[in-house]
Amino acid sequence: MSRPAAVQFTAGELALVRRLQALYPDKRAALLPVLQLVQDTFGYISLEAEEYVAGLFDLPPAHVHEVVTFYTLFFQEPKGRHVVSVCHNLTCHLEGAPTVLAHLRMRLGVDVGATTADGRVTLLAVECLCACEMAPMLQVDDRYEGNLTPAKIDRILEGLE
Amino acid sequence: MAERILTRNFHLPESHTLRVYRETGGYEGLSDVLAMAPATIIETVKRSNLRGLGGAGFPTGVKWGFIPKGHQGPVYLVINADEGEPGTFKDRYLLEKDPHGLIEGMIVSAHAIGSRLAFVYVRGEYVQPWRIFSRAVQEAYDAGFLGKSILGSGVDLDVVVHRGAGAYICGEETGLISSLEGKKGWPKLKPPFPAVRGAFGAPTIVNNVETICHVPHIVQRGASWFAALGTAGQGGTRMYSVSGRVARPGVYELPVSVTLRSLISEHAGGIANGRRLKAVVPGGSSAPILTADEIDVTMDVDGLKNAGTMAGSAGVIVMDESVSIPEALMIVARFYAHESCGQCTPCRESTGWIYKMTRRIVEGRGRKEELDTILDVARRGAGTTICAFYDGAVGPYISYIEKFRDEFEALIPK
Ligand SMILES: Cc1cc2nc3c(=O)[nH]c(=O)nc-3n(C[C@H](O)[C@H](O)[C@H](O)COP(=O)(O)O)c2cc1C
Ligand code: SF4
Ligand code: FES
Repeated sequence: MSRPAAVQFTAGELALVRRLQALYPDKRAALLPVLQLVQDTFGYISLEAEEYVAGLFDLPPAHVHEVVTFYTLFFQEPKGRHVVSVCHNLTCHLEGAPTVLAHLRMRLGVDVGATTADGRVTLLAVECLCACEMAPMLQVDDRYEGNLTPAKIDRILEGLE
Repeated sequence: MAERILTRNFHLPESHTLRVYRETGGYEGLSDVLAMAPATIIETVKRSNLRGLGGAGFPTGVKWGFIPKGHQGPVYLVINADEGEPGTFKDRYLLEKDPHGLIEGMIVSAHAIGSRLAFVYVRGEYVQPWRIFSRAVQEAYDAGFLGKSILGSGVDLDVVVHRGAGAYICGEETGLISSLEGKKGWPKLKPPFPAVRGAFGAPTIVNNVETICHVPHIVQRGASWFAALGTAGQGGTRMYSVSGRVARPGVYELPVSVTLRSLISEHAGGIANGRRLKAVVPGGSSAPILTADEIDVTMDVDGLKNAGTMAGSAGVIVMDESVSIPEALMIVARFYAHESCGQCTPCRESTGWIYKMTRRIVEGRGRKEELDTILDVARRGAGTTICAFYDGAVGPYISYIEKFRDEFEALIPK
């Protein structure tokens, strides 16, 4: 769950940061896991959070910014409570990804890249999630769901608070 | 029915647990293997003809031999579990269904190359595989298979499970190392090769999950046993990920001497819905496409190379007669345009441009000369870039157009 106040880790979280940094020969290697922790804690990675993390690593904020913008799983803006990522790569495309995306756009009333007005779902189209045996498929938060049909997509959406 | 080695336990419930792994003989031979001299293990792996199964097909034992002799200081083993090549999903199965097989492979491989700290780089989207694998690592520590002096052997190994954050290019080994070091995943020019100067400036061996899973079996059952399973140039079985228009998509572990025809028609159940085969991508989306007449080839590295394509990651994408090849190329081109890291001008510019041209053609707005422009642009950049990503894009651009030119031309207004 997100904690929207000022970007500041608790003592427990800071201890975890130090444990992560100690796992590597160079503590800077813990940057990705720590950014993941920031995102899990605060919901997304703001510019303020980038500066805060830079301080924890003795890195220039520009380095942290470059990293955050490079990776697709880091969000620079608040996202929905759930993220639905539809694979639109080759096998999924052949097996019906365009229909899956059209159905989700219709049901959610948003375009790809957008979040529903109630903040419930962010809809994304992504490259191969390497589960092509269950094409067409999508990822909803931590979970893969495959062999999608309109009915199955509706059931998945019903399960999202 | 050929023997399955890596997938032998996949049908067992709880195959991911230490209990089931040990009940089926896992870790049993480890003490003896840790007593072997590292050089003997490397020699065995060399003679087994094990070729890297991540994409490049490089002989594993040979790569291990590139670590500078007499090197003082740390050596790292890095497992490439960033599986991202479109059409490939085997490493996901290994992480979820046989994590201890990978851990045992890492222990043996790390011993062989003299590494006491190993990293497993798991793609960020693989949350469940990461959880299952991390739990297995904890089980292995608790049971004394990881940590200080494993089983009293005097051999130490620590394993750090590291998660990526979404970027196909981090599967390329030098990009992966940059990412592991906490940077954006920009590939680096080789040489120096990672085996000489890799992660944190130290000699580093990067190997694919599946490659490493084979190692304990090779060391325990012998190089000749493994070599005899395959062809002259490549030993063993490998896991073929089959998707698209087949009756039974999934992972099939088979000797690398299997033919593409047999893989599709016997193992994967043939083409779905009684349609006819049109084309196959045999080794992940970066492999040049084959037509329906070109599938009597063996699936080993050399067999597919001789057929003008590549074994790559063994991701087999099957297309039937109802598939539009220009549309398929447009999807593939969009992927490469999206995933280029942008460092090299030919790759950054051409991938974007070629995607736009293929899209125009598919949308019926193409011009006749654009097909040759694509071929020309693609060929010019090939071989000039920092990493093999761009060559991986050129393969599909050229082969789809050359082999299915009529279909592209039919979409172009007269
Ligand atoms: C663009 C690109 C993407 C790659 N993606 C992967 C990947 O997802 N997994 C992998 O194991 N190897 C991948 N590779 C190959 C690695 O660079 C490297 O050759 C491999 O991890 C070495 O392990 P192996 O010898 O066991 O195959 C990729 C290579 C390139 C050029
Ligand atoms: S070839 Fe493409 S992906 Fe590879 S380093 Fe150059 S720009 Fe990046
Ligand atoms: S193409 Fe969608 S999971 Fe691979």
